[in-house]
Amino acid sequence: MKLTHAIGAVAALALMGAAPPARAGATMDAVKAKGFVQCGVNLGLYGFSAPDDKGNWTGLDVDVCRAIAAALFADANKVKYTPLSAQQRLPALQAGEVDLLARNTTWTLTRDTANGLDFTTPNYFDGQGFMVARKIGVKSVKELNGATVCVLPGTTTEQNLADYFRAAKMTYKPVVIEKNEELNSAFFSGRCDALTSDASQLAGVRAGQAANPDDYVILPELISKEPLTPAVRQGDSQWTDLVRWSQYVMVYAEEKGVTSKTVTVAQKSPDPDLQRLLGVTVGNGKALGIDEKWAFNIIMQVGNYGESFERNVGKESRLKLDRGLNALYTNGGLMYAMPPR
Amino acid sequence: MRVTGLWGSARFRGVLYQALVIGGVVALGSWLLRNTLTNLEIRGIATGFGFLGREAGFDISESLIAFTPADTYSRALVVGLLNTLLVSALGIVLATVLGTVVGVVRLSGNWLLGRLATLYVESIRNVPLLLQLFVWYGLVTALPGARQALNPLPGVFLSNRGLVIPALDWSHGWPLLDSPHLAGFNFTGGLTLSPEFAALLAGLTFYTAAFIAEIVRAGILSVPKGQVEAALSLGLSRGQILRLVVLPQALRVIVPPLTSQYLNICKNSPLAIAIGYPDLVAVSNTAINQTGQAVEGVALVMGVFLCISLGLSALMNWYNKRVALVTK
Repeated sequence: MKLTHAIGAVAALALMGAAPPARAGATMDAVKAKGFVQCGVNLGLYGFSAPDDKGNWTGLDVDVCRAIAAALFADANKVKYTPLSAQQRLPALQAGEVDLLARNTTWTLTRDTANGLDFTTPNYFDGQGFMVARKIGVKSVKELNGATVCVLPGTTTEQNLADYFRAAKMTYKPVVIEKNEELNSAFFSGRCDALTSDASQLAGVRAGQAANPDDYVILPELISKEPLTPAVRQGDSQWTDLVRWSQYVMVYAEEKGVTSKTVTVAQKSPDPDLQRLLGVTVGNGKALGIDEKWAFNIIMQVGNYGESFERNVGKESRLKLDRGLNALYTNGGLMYAMPPR
Repeated sequence: MRVTGLWGSARFRGVLYQALVIGGVVALGSWLLRNTLTNLEIRGIATGFGFLGREAGFDISESLIAFTPADTYSRALVVGLLNTLLVSALGIVLATVLGTVVGVVRLSGNWLLGRLATLYVESIRNVPLLLQLFVWYGLVTALPGARQALNPLPGVFLSNRGLVIPALDWSHGWPLLDSPHLAGFNFTGGLTLSPEFAALLAGLTFYTAAFIAEIVRAGILSVPKGQVEAALSLGLSRGQILRLVVLPQALRVIVPPLTSQYLNICKNSPLAIAIGYPDLVAVSNTAINQTGQAVEGVALVMGVFLCISLGLSALMNWYNKRVALVTK
């Protein structure tokens, strides 16, 4: 039973010394001392965080972990991954088992406040969708009255599902299974009429697990907002700043047209913005308490946000997701970096 | 040198040691509690059971009492508890019946039946229950879809949505036959045995029955052969011997280990979470995740399981006293 992790977290809270663990600076000092970032990721979600055939973790969320490692250690590989289920993730972060949670987690008010977490900035703007078998001929979520719906437990998805059907005065039967693989196989075996999750996840499940992806359609309606955002423990603003600005730097590099291939040349650019970004003009690194080459290392080793997106979930991946809301604000999306100066 | 005074009294020392141990346990417990609360406060995590009164906001697929997402977390937990009790109670009854039959058959003179019973016991009790649950769930969900449901009897449908049978509808004040029919995605009307419930019940029953069979066999073998021979010489039939002579004596040996198996059924039922049956642990997991109140949620579940187990134990102890040999 998967209460074990919750129990583990409870035990950790019980046995931990009562010294304030989230003192500003504590996380970064601890991470520097151990020499790697402990990053909480998904158990396996193609495109976001999943081990490849060589056992290396890749994905859009994994790239956030790698960016932090590049900024701190000038080596994006200095990350250890802790795969976490939907229920394990928050207790694991609260109890200090991971330094950072980059695991397609929706930023909500309760999580931000009562659960003792801080969110940095969204790395993927998603929404909840439904996938059905093509042969049942359903074209809209509105036609799902009375359907059996497969859903993961302990997610905002479960509540959105209940809210949506309640508001639309429709009924449904949930089938709630904790492990992604079991849940997906229940759906593909026909136990459920529909599978609901974040639209990006549905695309990943369809590309990765369906016997024939064309037999399944993702319905057009999105019934919720799911700003997927990395989270850290509340109270250590130095660490929060580092994670947030590492993410901004990737977006900012895309805004400025700097990629992993052009970043070395860009160091010689006369543009004062780029000189500040890449540490030619010093100051940003000192302010964050890390090396001045931090942003250069992120862009060099991980790439800008656009590169990361296309490589993991976009055109160069099996998911083939459009940029949509995740395009730069200049292209009609929501990705907008605060100025790193 | 002889120690004298209070310290010399074995009774006093005994009481003192016990008091020290109790004091130690209480001190450790209160330190753990205080430390937890301090850590929770430092991390800015809300505490308390206030969340129980809030709206749950999620739905539960099967429930013995009416439940909607607008109901509270406490009602959701009660739904989960009732589901746990239902599957445990049915599991106990079915496992006892099946286990007794298999245990008796293993001892019977019939070579084929005896070997089959041995094969069943040895293969089932040596495979982890979780794997068996996946097999059962796989079998149930491999049935045809709702629109191609098997229809062995009028009004009875078997599909990957479960077994649907006609039921009596009392809502009009007199019984009306409520026959299920396919409407849209699923069957409406009648009684539904869900695939999740069926798989969990089958898993718990077959797994535990294998252990109970061995307990029953050991109990019967514990009755001296002379008793059976004496009964035979009195002219009792085989059935009478089993009912009047062997089982009453075997029960004395059977009941205590049987109690552990009943407790195991209850404690194994949370494996439901792997195949999606909404038992107490599954529901509280969702509640914990939505509210973030892991400490309170885990404490509640542990408390409830402790109560169930202690209650069941007390009942079985009472029964054990009744069947125990009264020496005169």
